[in-house]
Amino acid sequence: MEIQFRLNGKQVAAEVAGDSILLDVLRKLGCVSVKCGCETTNCGLCTVWINNKTRLSCSVLAAGVDGQEVTTLEGLQEEAAEFGRFLAEEGAEQCGFCSPGFIMSVLAMVRELDNPTIGEMKEYLAGNLCRCTGYMGQLRAIQKYMKAKRMQFQAAGEEVQA
Amino acid sequence: MRYINRGVPKVDYKALVTGKGVYVNDLAPSGCLVVKVLRSPHAHALIEDINLNRAKAVPGIEAIFTYKDCPDKRFTLAGQTYPEPSPYDRLILDKRVRFVGDPVAIVAGENEEAVKKALKLIKVKYEVLEPVLDFHQAKDNTILIHPEDNWKSLFPVGADNQRNLCAHEECEEGDVEAVLASCDYIVDEVYHTKANQQAMMETFRAYSYKDTYGRLNIVSSTQVPFHVRRILATALDIPKSKVRVIKPRIGGGFGAKQTAVMEMYPAFVTWMTGKPAKMIFTREESMIASSPRHEMEVHVRIGANKEGIIKAIDVYTLSNTGAFGEHGPTTVGLSGHKSIPLYGKAEAFRFVYDVVYTNTMSAGAYRGYGATQGCFAVESAVTELAEKMGMDPVKLREMNLLKEGQIMPAYYNEINNSCALDRCLAKAKEMIGWEEKYPAKDCGNGKVRGIGVAMTMQGSGISALDTASVSIKVNDDGFYTLMVGATDMGTGCDTILSQIAAECLDCSMDEIVVHGVDTDVSPYDCGSYASSTTYVTGMAVVKTCEILREKISAKGAKYLGCDAEDVEFDGEKVTNLKTGESISRAEIGNNVMCNNEDALSASEAFSSPISPPPFMVGMAEVEVDKETGEVELMDYVAVVDCGTLVNPNLARVQAEGGIAQGIGMALYEDVVYNEKGKNYSNSFMQYKIPTRLDVGNIRVDFESSYEPTGPFGAKSIGEIVINTPSPAIANAVSNAVGVRIRELPITAEKVFWGIQEKSK
Repeated sequence: MEIQFRLNGKQVAAEVAGDSILLDVLRKLGCVSVKCGCETTNCGLCTVWINNKTRLSCSVLAAGVDGQEVTTLEGLQEEAAEFGRFLAEEGAEQCGFCSPGFIMSVLAMVRELDNPTIGEMKEYLAGNLCRCTGYMGQLRAIQKYMKAKRMQFQAAGEEVQA
Repeated sequence: MRYINRGVPKVDYKALVTGKGVYVNDLAPSGCLVVKVLRSPHAHALIEDINLNRAKAVPGIEAIFTYKDCPDKRFTLAGQTYPEPSPYDRLILDKRVRFVGDPVAIVAGENEEAVKKALKLIKVKYEVLEPVLDFHQAKDNTILIHPEDNWKSLFPVGADNQRNLCAHEECEEGDVEAVLASCDYIVDEVYHTKANQQAMMETFRAYSYKDTYGRLNIVSSTQVPFHVRRILATALDIPKSKVRVIKPRIGGGFGAKQTAVMEMYPAFVTWMTGKPAKMIFTREESMIASSPRHEMEVHVRIGANKEGIIKAIDVYTLSNTGAFGEHGPTTVGLSGHKSIPLYGKAEAFRFVYDVVYTNTMSAGAYRGYGATQGCFAVESAVTELAEKMGMDPVKLREMNLLKEGQIMPAYYNEINNSCALDRCLAKAKEMIGWEEKYPAKDCGNGKVRGIGVAMTMQGSGISALDTASVSIKVNDDGFYTLMVGATDMGTGCDTILSQIAAECLDCSMDEIVVHGVDTDVSPYDCGSYASSTTYVTGMAVVKTCEILREKISAKGAKYLGCDAEDVEFDGEKVTNLKTGESISRAEIGNNVMCNNEDALSASEAFSSPISPPPFMVGMAEVEVDKETGEVELMDYVAVVDCGTLVNPNLARVQAEGGIAQGIGMALYEDVVYNEKGKNYSNSFMQYKIPTRLDVGNIRVDFESSYEPTGPFGAKSIGEIVINTPSPAIANAVSNAVGVRIRELPITAEKVFWGIQEKSK
């Protein structure tokens, strides 16, 4: 069947079978940031956004996104690079294979949660496995990134007031 | 110093964090044949007959191969320097299958659906044999796992296929029995560590194609490209000159990819069909037919006098190599040679081991490589000794630990050149608040907090064996190309080696281009394993830079028309010290591209006669629920001596990541077989690696010694970091509830039954 959906802000069409998985369809459409790490919905590597909510693309039938809006890291390049810089400054991207799915979750988290505690952050990101870093460096990067964002925001606010 | 001891971001980070297609499956051309294997449902069987008729008739199937199509010359998949210590016990496909999951047929087709359908239609008739599943019963069992005549061992490791023996060795110094007999306190216990999966996020994968010259090209997620070239040539029985191996970015290795687990399947398909082929292991395949840690049972006898001086250590290790002997003869050695030397006052030691074949999946290399298993055993035993003596286990260690300058009899009599183990212990003690928290504190809510300690050492490369070569070229405008054969697997060695080069050449890192591994182009390096890259390849970079600086000076002098003795190269320009006249590196780089007869490049190799150990102390604070036995890790403190830190950020993440894997090994990870040898731990549903909610707080610090033989004083860090969590956590649990767990993982169930047993 043919499905049509918005992928990273652009209208696309794809020919899919009834049992096609979104993960495979996205990779075929060139979104190779989307990785498969487990096949059992445990690892979070295939995390994408559907209508701006994080979903595991390995557990979504492609047919189900007809008419929906899908975002992958390919559609968030600037933000990925910005947060990625913080991650790299901790050395916490390491092999990088889980980075796209993890960054998709982080960028969703900063939109959804207002001033989250460390516990809330760990809870939100618990579905994103990483075997290289031990998670501590990722947490340091998130905290520094959020602090930098707050300062940017404050600076912008002060400018408006001035 | 501009680049050493600086936490610069990795040179490849931008591509990684923006999700660029830099891994095997991203790079594979469309149109590759999809390759999968049919796997044996039996732990031990002989193939009587295979009927392929219906499978071959499936539309889109290109080829199906069985053992009848494969060369009958045995080899090993272990990525080790030739002649490999691992026995030659493999064929691409064999008539005998030796574990549940052992490949029976290779199927290649145009798409996944066709291949999956064909796999179901292959009819195999097996003569089912009784398997050997218990590794205690393997040695001298009447059932032989490798009875074949062409099994061979290239190296004197004590292997004997007629006894299911993959290796055996004994070594001793002093009279262990006599010294133990004279001891006031003795601990005599057996410790059991299980197989563990490396569980790197990118599973095993490779694709292959024939190039313009008819050669076999393999793009593989591997730690050992040069070994893969040799292994494939041997397996396919073709000249090595016909094989080229390329390593792109790889999604983690941790030793798993020091075994050529699956490259031979797509390679064989391409060689036979001439067509490009690709194989991506599923997570299930990566769990049931891969290269996990060797299961080991370690019997420790350790004795001390009443003053608390440890006088003798006796270690016997039984290691389970599974169906094949990859890394079997070598991992086991570290269980003694990297645990016994930590106690510098012992007068005698003995270390004996057996490595046996069983009908379980073949083991392989996993970070720590046997040292991890030995560390759990010996560090548990030392703490049990302290408990027996009523002494603080940190104090017992302070009294006995190895010091800088000592000879290490159990570590091949190497001299301990650089060692801050005492400072590591002191700092860790302070960081966790040992004095206040030892041994335990009842929280009053049914939970008790306890703390535990462990020490460890590893090596830096394999002494007098590991070989790394490096080439550096000067290009137009004077930029450098750094060619290495060491394999960055996310650890950051491309960055660290660039840092070392930039430091040696007095230039910016931006002026150094580093190239990933291509066996046609890269200088030889045995690969990234055995904690070798920073130390061994790092020294090759230092040596190469020294020679290149001389060559640049000589070239500069020539262009300036003066003697080489009269010039100085400061990294940017060559200056005639007599006249003050100078020529820039950029000009030299451009000049050598015109009317020049000697290329401006250098290539040097390095191998070390010694393998200087890094040291580390880990301390764990756990909270144990007395009702359920559940263990929660609250705090983990580690202090590492890896010599000079080339890149403190990358070193810290190595430590944190290794500790998290060690925590998984200690508390959660277990490979479980049923009574017929089927592996139940075949997904992340069953095999639980830690999430960010399971690792508590990991805090790492460093106490650096200076290793005189390493690059800028550096030693290794990659492996040592995984060793301490198992014993430190077991020791903390013992302090909390008085239950000693001697078999990993430390599950709530085991602790619960231990508490019940104690209260009887």
